[in-house]
Amino acid sequence: MSTATTIRRTALNETMRKYGGKMVDFHGWELPIEFSGILKEHEAVRKSAGIFDVSHMGQVFVTGADAFKLLQRTNANDLRKATPGKGVYSHVTNENAGLVDDIIAFCLAPDRYLVIVNATTSTKDYEWFKAQGARMHVKVENRSDDFSMVAVQGPNVPKMFEEFAPEALKLPRFGIVEKDIFGEHCYVSRTGYTGEDGFEVTAPHKIIVQVWEKMMELGKPYGIIPCGLGARDTLRLESGYLLYGSDVDDVHTTYESGYGWVVCLDKGDFIGRQVLVDQKANGVKRRLTGVTLTGGVPRTGCKVFMDGKEIGELNSATYSPTLKKGIGVGYMTPPNLKPGTPLEVEIRGRRVKAEAAAVPFHKGTAFSKTLYTGK
Amino acid sequence: MAKPEEVKYTKTHEYVLPGAEATVGISDHAQHEMGDVVFVELPKVGQKLEKEKPCAVVESVKSAFDIYAPVSGEVTAVNDAVTGEPALLNQSPLEKGWLFKLKPSNPGEADALMDWAAYQEFVKQAAH
Repeated sequence: MSTATTIRRTALNETMRKYGGKMVDFHGWELPIEFSGILKEHEAVRKSAGIFDVSHMGQVFVTGADAFKLLQRTNANDLRKATPGKGVYSHVTNENAGLVDDIIAFCLAPDRYLVIVNATTSTKDYEWFKAQGARMHVKVENRSDDFSMVAVQGPNVPKMFEEFAPEALKLPRFGIVEKDIFGEHCYVSRTGYTGEDGFEVTAPHKIIVQVWEKMMELGKPYGIIPCGLGARDTLRLESGYLLYGSDVDDVHTTYESGYGWVVCLDKGDFIGRQVLVDQKANGVKRRLTGVTLTGGVPRTGCKVFMDGKEIGELNSATYSPTLKKGIGVGYMTPPNLKPGTPLEVEIRGRRVKAEAAAVPFHKGTAFSKTLYTGK
Repeated sequence: MAKPEEVKYTKTHEYVLPGAEATVGISDHAQHEMGDVVFVELPKVGQKLEKEKPCAVVESVKSAFDIYAPVSGEVTAVNDAVTGEPALLNQSPLEKGWLFKLKPSNPGEADALMDWAAYQEFVKQAAH
């Protein structure tokens, strides 16, 4: 637990309180866990619109002639996919192919990238990029303290942007546009952590309250409600999105996490590539596997059994409001359990019937091939 | 239905409506703190409960909470409605969302618990 002296507050802190946010200490950040209730907030995002303060997320700018080279060398994904105005979800890998972080790298221009990093890892990522780029023509800046961020998520969110940022409607998934909002230089991307279509607005602190209030106003016809970390977690886990520090870390590799599609072995060398080449050839011993159950709510740390033998434990687990059952993911050995394989999960000393499940558990509008592009 | 003033409260936020067959549940404050309840595990009819020992579990989306027996006694009835519809604990903790009834083995035990005014003060103090 952080003490009162070290707790960090976002520029939206007072606004969160005004809207009734139940504030908690989240890795040293004071953020709302919920407003009107996790189930209600979850449903609003799945069916219409919800808004989140995600200002704890970090922003690292990588600029200069070697910006592409540095990111290509430090990422498992191929940065060539990130042409100007586009981003890629990627894993920053260490020498053992463990994850320094999972990130989104946006190409703003051929020599200018914005990397969105996790809150708890922003300093580590910055130092990693800086060290790796020490002998390159590149400038790495950790500007996490300069920006706030709001995520507006849900199938009706694009309609809200007709007036606010019509150019954002033309963006594909992971697209980004730079835009002046309330007189300040901002970034609007078609991204999120909920599995629904929507946008994230990265903006200087001084206008973020205005951005939030504008979203509340534009979202009113769609019943937009403020959402907290609780719903953020149930939404991301249903969507099979990884949580750094819980599901992935410096040790587990991208192949083990079930995110093999992120790895581009044929793009040329990158840090940790050889380990991934070997894992691709020989297979992995453990893999992050989905589990569902109905006789309780699984939690992080619950042990998983198959034929009476322990095969792993859950890294993330919760109640799924969409499926109305318990869901979880954990590293299992054997690594290739077929969905439907009977398992047991130990909850409070009792083994509850469960089964292996495909991940994502639920595919929202973010997974759809066609996105709303405007009237 | 019980009124908040008629029931006694524990420091662990259970309530008991005293009587020959006492009704047990969680306080409105407790359900509010837990958030959306999605799973409830109740004791069995006939089970003997010991005061202050865990006897049921309430799970919200966020977390699992042990429920402690506010008084000792034998379970005479359980509320099957809440296992089917756990949200009743949020909507109506004192009426539809009760957990179980028991026959107290020591009727004097409930007297030692907090009344409404004392409980409200207790919750206020705990918030600081």
